[in-house]
Amino acid sequence: MTRCTLLLLPALLCLASCQRETQVEKANREKIFIVGNANDPKALDPHLVTGVIEHNIIRALLEGLVAEDPESDTGYPPGAATSWEHNADFTEWTFHLRPDGKWSDGAPLTSADFDFAYHRLLHPDLAGPYAEMLYFIKNAEAFNKGEITDWSQVGVATPDDYTLKITMREPVPFLLGMTRHYTWFPVPRHVILRFGKMTDRFTKWSEAGNYVGNGPFVLKEWRFNDKVETVKNPLYWNAAHVKLNGVRFVPVENFYTETRGFLAGQLHTTYQLPPPLVEKIRAEHPEFLRQEPYLATDFIRTNITRPVLDNPKVRMAMSLAIDRKQLCDNILQGNTPCGTITPDLGDYHPDQIVSFDPERAKALLAEAGYPGGKGVPRFKILMSSTGSRATIEALQAMWKDTLGILVDPQPKDWGSYVTAQQKLDYDIALAAWTGDYLDPSTFLLMWTKGNGNNNTGWSNEEFERLLSEAAHQSDEKQRLEFFKKAERILIEEQPILPISYRGRNYLLRPEVKGWHKLLLDNHPWAEISLEP
Amino acid sequence: MTSAEKGSSLWLDAWLRLRRNRASMVGLVFLFLIGAICVILPSIPDFLQDPNKTDLLHRNLGSSGEHWFGTDHLGRDLFSRVMFGGRVSIAVGLITTFVAVTIGVVWGAVAGYVGGRMDAFMMRVVDILYALPFLVIIILLSKILEPYTDELTVWAVDLIAGKSATAKQLNDTRTWVEPLSTLVPVFVAIGALSWLTVSRIVRAQVQSVASLDFVEAARSLGLGHLRILFRHILPNSLGPIIVYTTLTIPGVMMFEATLSFLGLGVKAPNSSWGVLIQEGANFMLTNPMQLLFPSIFFSVTLFSLNFLGDGLRDALDPKAAKD
Amino acid sequence: MFKILLSRLLQSILVLYLLFTITFFLTRAMPGNLLASERAMPEHIRAKVEAYYGLNKPLTTQYAMQLGNFVQGDPGYSYRLEGRPVIEVIQQALPVSFQLGITAMIVALSIGIPAGCIAAARKNSLIDTGSMMLAMLGICLPAFVIGPILAEYFGRKLGALPAYGWEAGTPNTWILPAITLGLAYAAYLSRLTRAGMLETLSQDFVRTARAKGVPGSQILIRHCLRGGLIPAVAYIGPAFAGIVSGSLVVETVFQVPGLGRQFIKAIETLDVPMILCVTMIYGTLVILANFVTDLAGAWLNPRLRKSA
Repeated sequence: MTRCTLLLLPALLCLASCQRETQVEKANREKIFIVGNANDPKALDPHLVTGVIEHNIIRALLEGLVAEDPESDTGYPPGAATSWEHNADFTEWTFHLRPDGKWSDGAPLTSADFDFAYHRLLHPDLAGPYAEMLYFIKNAEAFNKGEITDWSQVGVATPDDYTLKITMREPVPFLLGMTRHYTWFPVPRHVILRFGKMTDRFTKWSEAGNYVGNGPFVLKEWRFNDKVETVKNPLYWNAAHVKLNGVRFVPVENFYTETRGFLAGQLHTTYQLPPPLVEKIRAEHPEFLRQEPYLATDFIRTNITRPVLDNPKVRMAMSLAIDRKQLCDNILQGNTPCGTITPDLGDYHPDQIVSFDPERAKALLAEAGYPGGKGVPRFKILMSSTGSRATIEALQAMWKDTLGILVDPQPKDWGSYVTAQQKLDYDIALAAWTGDYLDPSTFLLMWTKGNGNNNTGWSNEEFERLLSEAAHQSDEKQRLEFFKKAERILIEEQPILPISYRGRNYLLRPEVKGWHKLLLDNHPWAEISLEP
Repeated sequence: MTSAEKGSSLWLDAWLRLRRNRASMVGLVFLFLIGAICVILPSIPDFLQDPNKTDLLHRNLGSSGEHWFGTDHLGRDLFSRVMFGGRVSIAVGLITTFVAVTIGVVWGAVAGYVGGRMDAFMMRVVDILYALPFLVIIILLSKILEPYTDELTVWAVDLIAGKSATAKQLNDTRTWVEPLSTLVPVFVAIGALSWLTVSRIVRAQVQSVASLDFVEAARSLGLGHLRILFRHILPNSLGPIIVYTTLTIPGVMMFEATLSFLGLGVKAPNSSWGVLIQEGANFMLTNPMQLLFPSIFFSVTLFSLNFLGDGLRDALDPKAAKD
Repeated sequence: MFKILLSRLLQSILVLYLLFTITFFLTRAMPGNLLASERAMPEHIRAKVEAYYGLNKPLTTQYAMQLGNFVQGDPGYSYRLEGRPVIEVIQQALPVSFQLGITAMIVALSIGIPAGCIAAARKNSLIDTGSMMLAMLGICLPAFVIGPILAEYFGRKLGALPAYGWEAGTPNTWILPAITLGLAYAAYLSRLTRAGMLETLSQDFVRTARAKGVPGSQILIRHCLRGGLIPAVAYIGPAFAGIVSGSLVVETVFQVPGLGRQFIKAIETLDVPMILCVTMIYGTLVILANFVTDLAGAWLNPRLRKSA
């Protein structure tokens, strides 16, 4: 027996010592930044995707005209372009590209690559799902819909190899921010054409080994559900400044697993901290906890084509009965209650229009002809099956207690959840929207008639008039004023019941430097360093 | 031997033998107790607290006189949630297992006994059903049955509460009827697919028993096939069947939890033991009690079922009589 | 023997064909849109994308196309991971699932069968009750409870093993997931083995052997193990097929890049080629496993051989 123990002991010690260096410590040594990224990207071709997960990775591989500022959402350091100018009413923008800009295979990066990228994304044959991000360009929408076929009519021009001129369809003062979205990034024309035609959806150009980019990192490997590995791009124009040797994206779907892995030293930062763990982490590991606002809003869509819900008073009563503070304090930790849809962004400070007011809620419901909820049918509240059960349960209780309105949850898998909303085949639905750039239009334009993301059946002429006024206004202050008025109409009619501004709770190791609080959460990978 | 008098039936014999098995009797008593409190307590109006009443100011409380098991992450009374959830779980476990075992035993026994082409055909059917994506079937079934489950709920509530029921009575009845009626697609789907393993086990067992001498003897006596199969072979194969049944019940209960996780099982705000354990697992580090209480109920039920199953197996064993 | 194999093979092809057909039409009957995405896709774009995948053609044509693809051994492109061949995804996920499945099965067999035998030999003793209670714990504590507990303790507190992840070349990343997955199966196996052993122990030939004075352990191993394992073996076959293609919870808790998660994601996003491909793999495994089980059953029960 003792012999056995004696033999076992060194084996155990060896096991323990082999594991003494955690993955994060090893990565610190190798200067690899390990990021929890929640899911596999749908693709890495920037023209085939729509999500945030993909944005995080594509930002490392490709760079737009303007780079990201590590400390501010509204700082615009030079990226692929070194300088730019616009005319007085923001309808014509000229970008001067960096003459030493190169792709990761050594080919020069020219304005033709940008022209090619916009041409490709807008080309109807490619059917890029997020082409509408480029609709701000003159004639882009018509080209994308096949109404015109002559690319030269679209407002993109390349006077020379290093100049890009973009003509907009309306004043776009927020263009600089938008160019940091992957839909505005260049793509390597020479590589795409080597593997197929411009409009081929599935070619091998975006696979590891073939992927050529102009960002600070190059794609090294993508193992499905396991990791996306990138390494430093020595030909990046600012490569001398890049401190990391690579970024590894790990698609940990289960956030409890992710948190456990982080605490065991397997990640530098996580995607999301599950709300039940926030208190515990705050008490035990305050050095890791980050709670920051994020450009997204949780709200409830109502289908106003349904009886009873077509009555704005009923909708308002349901909205007033939601105790948003309770929800945020107890369930949606890290979120802030909101009385409107657009968050505070840049110079836009929206009015908080609705808040918890049970008495007025009851009075309104009675006024609408349903005192105490009598006569209101049982609604179904549509949710994605992975959505928050706790939120639904709290809402059920609030509506039942205050208004006597009963709702049943209707969980559906993601595809059916999306489809049911698009077909207006639901009563009310738990929803969220993430802004794509720092301008109220990213939260307001979707509520116009026929917009594919409206899905409420609601429309309002005055609302749309105000939005188009805003679109043609080049004075920034005036423009925001119009948005404010439009937003008030939207919220007073309540096709959507705002709940909370999203906050992001996540974990970050203290040795990560160059990571600052950002509303858009696009921390530039090139600026990050690991200093244990 | 004195008590087993001449005219006593197989079942009476079995019961007498079962009574002598102490572990089984303890299991039986526990099962009765748990069944009784989970079925009866929630039916008494206003006896338990409303299991779905949230109180966000009193979340994650420990045990107290007011909340015996404390409260959950929404401030709901955990004791009544465990009781109401138990009823759902017991129903799911019993109903679907009954369906599964009945189909599985008949299918497997016939395939194993008849053999040849019939056996090959029946077992290939099992192969196909095995390999079909289970979730797709459940999603489809719940989609197809969804409109009917709503009607079923309303109908059942009206039936149970009676015509002259007040709004409150209706609501109370609904609280416990609804979790069950909305689960009908799950009952159907799990029941219809979990007989597959049963049928394979029964088939193997029947094949092995059918080749034993006493069956040959029965055959040579000219007994009918059905009689041989159901009177001679099956009783001799009961052991694994009973044991697998006692294993299927908890398996099904847990499967319901996995389905709830995917949004297909019991619907919020209702609960079942599986759902409670699953939610509790998320609070394992912060409030372990929320995992512990439903787990205890679940485990005790399982242990009892298990010991009762063993006792039954012994008691029904035809050869045991000779001992 | 050759005739049996051939007939079994033909049956299997028919089964796979039926399986393919049923699955194809089932998935197409599923609610929800193919190619659904979080941002609404404008109609003109949706139409184009559908044309890319041939979804604008009549259902029967699509069926024929898919079937053709599968017969040729290439299921085509995934709808979810755009531009990625399904086969590429499978090539990465299947070996992982096999590693996980086999290690878990080893765990299950090496715990379940001995425990069942010992319990049967010492029926109604403390060892019996104790080991059966332990076995039941494996069922009472499902993977989403055991997994996090193991990961929390061994991964985080002790730091001895990784809290999540899977690397083909690093067996210490396999330990926790395999144990978590194996325990539940061990529980079932030990219960079934015990039942089967008890069944055999009560047969007449055992009495004869006992009467002849053959020692207990020899009776158990020489005479009873074969017959006693029949129910357990009938369970192992399908269980192994299931373990390889559907260990969803363990794969999620430990972030294992296996087939189970790919399958669930495919179902959630209605990725038809991927659903079909995984189903066909699963079907093949089930058929193989059941065939092997039948062979093993015949070997364990010599009297069956003449009829098999």
